[in-house]
Amino acid sequence: MGASPAAVAGGDPMGVSAAAHAQLKKVKKQKVLLMGKSGSGKSSMRSIIFSNYLARDTRRLGATIDIDLSHVKFLGNLTLNLWDCGGQEAFMENYLSQQRAHVFSNVGVLIYVFDIESRDVERDLATYVNIISALVQYSREAKIFVLIHKMDLIQPMTREDVFDHRATLVRRKTAEAVAIVHKQKPEQGQQQQSSPSPTPTPSSSTTTTEPPLNLQLFATSIWDQSLYKAWASIIHDLVPNLAVIETQLASLGLAIDADEILLFERTSFLVVSKWTSPEGERNPYGDRFERMSNILKSWKHTCSKYTGTPRNAEQFSDFEYKMGATFSMFATKFTTNTYILVCMPPGEARFNSAKLNVAAARPWFKFLDGPVVSAQQAGGGGAAAGMGTPDS
Amino acid sequence: MSSASTEDGDVPVDTSSGPSRPRPIRYISPAALNLHRVYEQNRQRLQKKDGAKVPDPTAPQTKGKPRLLLMGQRRSGKSSISSVVFHKLPPSETLFLESTARIQKDSLSSFMEFQVWDFPGQIDIFDNPNFTFDMDAIFGEIGALIWVIDAQDDYLEAVARLNATILHLHRSYPHINIEVFIHKVDGLSDDYRLDIQRDVTIRIQDELSDQGVENAPVNFHLTSIYNHSIFEAFSKVIQKLIPRLGQLEAMLTNLCRTCRFEKAYLFDVNTKIYIATDSTPEDMASYEICSDYVDVIIDFTEVYGSWPRSDQWRARLEGEPWAQPLEGQVACEWAESGMVLADARRPIMLREVDRFLALVAIMKEGSYEKMPQINMNIDVVVKGLTEFFEITKPKEGAGGVGPPGLVSPGLG
Repeated sequence: MGASPAAVAGGDPMGVSAAAHAQLKKVKKQKVLLMGKSGSGKSSMRSIIFSNYLARDTRRLGATIDIDLSHVKFLGNLTLNLWDCGGQEAFMENYLSQQRAHVFSNVGVLIYVFDIESRDVERDLATYVNIISALVQYSREAKIFVLIHKMDLIQPMTREDVFDHRATLVRRKTAEAVAIVHKQKPEQGQQQQSSPSPTPTPSSSTTTTEPPLNLQLFATSIWDQSLYKAWASIIHDLVPNLAVIETQLASLGLAIDADEILLFERTSFLVVSKWTSPEGERNPYGDRFERMSNILKSWKHTCSKYTGTPRNAEQFSDFEYKMGATFSMFATKFTTNTYILVCMPPGEARFNSAKLNVAAARPWFKFLDGPVVSAQQAGGGGAAAGMGTPDS
Repeated sequence: MSSASTEDGDVPVDTSSGPSRPRPIRYISPAALNLHRVYEQNRQRLQKKDGAKVPDPTAPQTKGKPRLLLMGQRRSGKSSISSVVFHKLPPSETLFLESTARIQKDSLSSFMEFQVWDFPGQIDIFDNPNFTFDMDAIFGEIGALIWVIDAQDDYLEAVARLNATILHLHRSYPHINIEVFIHKVDGLSDDYRLDIQRDVTIRIQDELSDQGVENAPVNFHLTSIYNHSIFEAFSKVIQKLIPRLGQLEAMLTNLCRTCRFEKAYLFDVNTKIYIATDSTPEDMASYEICSDYVDVIIDFTEVYGSWPRSDQWRARLEGEPWAQPLEGQVACEWAESGMVLADARRPIMLREVDRFLALVAIMKEGSYEKMPQINMNIDVVVKGLTEFFEITKPKEGAGGVGPPGLVSPGLG
């Protein structure tokens, strides 16, 4: 898009065609299963990410009985049907037998939580394999995220080794479970209720070659930012119109001469999308995105404590920070459901025009807010952007 | 907020291993002389003659190191306190600290230079059969004695030892501030905390007046490392060591009145201790949010400000259409930040004075639009603060920080 910031606000919003717009309006629902052994921390992490609990508040949570269903609205046009499945053995057996089809069909994502401190690893893995088998049987396309949780209890020196070891084990078990189901498939193909789409591996294949698993592993802890990293990856793939968001962010970033732009979801402060300039890529902090989520979220807590407003309420609208001749940044409420954080080179003129241009770019991202694209607030942006050019 | 600053001063020195003692202890160092000045001023302040005196121009300009002594029973939490406040250790990790066997000496460089001496609780320095301590070496340069009492434990013995200590000190060093931290109160109910504080206060005062000591400079603080109370208590302790604190406070009060701030704090960035605030009543909530704001800024600075940018990047930014060095494109050399809270649209602002100090203020609702005028006033105050701290700076080099020539209608 245009090299001059003034060009940004004018014209067609990034050439999103009418067809694409029609698709944008569709509300997307995703079934997300949250499973793992009792006490492994499933409900705790859910409360922290989506209900703004503090890590230490999660002590108050009791055991989840059966399945705790919640609908999390994410970015307006994506609804997560979060199935928080109680992990006690009786429940687990129930999911695998009577409720098998009910629980495992149409799953978009399975999040399986392992407690790293668990004594009986063999048994945990056996349960996990059963779950995976059921999942592959009913929802072949589902993505699998395995979180090795409570990593804070492991000594920092050995964390990586412990995680690697467990990850290899889980990967192998997953591959075995999937291979077995694929082998059995010809006999029980009629049981398939979902996923008529072509299978990723030829079912006739009897070799142990790894099927292209949708499996990702993360080491997590509720006491640091690792939780945000895992959940950002989980929701990343679920966000509809991701490609559109990314191209638009990139054009915005180029236009305002930013080094980095992060787009956060409003309540969870998970990073929905990001754009980084070549210079910004040189940042040695690879974990900065989840750190930003963590920092802003805990800041939100401080604010809510100070103002006495509910935790889930919006806590701040504008933030700006100019660090001398090193960098400047600002974070602001962007669309109804998102915050934007822009990190950029120093300079007052640059900073002020970028702020105006970001405000002017809001209408481009209206589609983030939901199925109904409203045309309000669309006016006025062009004028502001025109004023904001540094060379005017 | 340079990230390097934390590494500068925190060099733990353990001098109890005999030969490595740094210098002869009877020698009166320039630091001791400067401390003498600090005491004098403290005493003046106590006698409420503060405003009447003019600072002595002949006072030595060399650096002084006020010393904070941490004492108390073993396992009362002394090392945890110094780790959390001065070394940024997360409170949860203090569980793993080992008990201190020797006097642990830390030196901190900040807007003033401090020494923190952490005494092992099991040693009684006044009555030790094996070793006699050089009292002058320990108490000669002291700024404040912090006595830590574990509120969750039986504190009678601690109180008895504290009384003995006060009586000992009162004879030779009557001007030492004694600060009693009634510690680990996080697990206790509000009522119970106050009961303990009352009980401890009465026990100490009764004992002292029985011995004929009246009005000993003893202060009490309820503290815990799991919330901001420990930082607040330290703030109060440190504030007593600052010469001419009244002027500093007057400067902030004036700023608050002119710009209609609700509350303003001057923070030491590394420790999050506030070294001055305006004259409005203090409340914990505003201190907490300001202190957390400093944290947010530090975190952002670490992620985005602590690595060097490439030369091409700089060349591009300094080229057309800007055509001036980056330093010339910014309004303020140090960090400058603002945030608007959604509730009542109250802004919070932060401005770094130098690499150790930051001014943080909570503003009245709706004043965000007046930021340009407010910034002018802040510029003036920052300039004033810079001049003020020129005295306590270990070395020169901060000159010319304050933007010259800014005229403010409200201040000056």
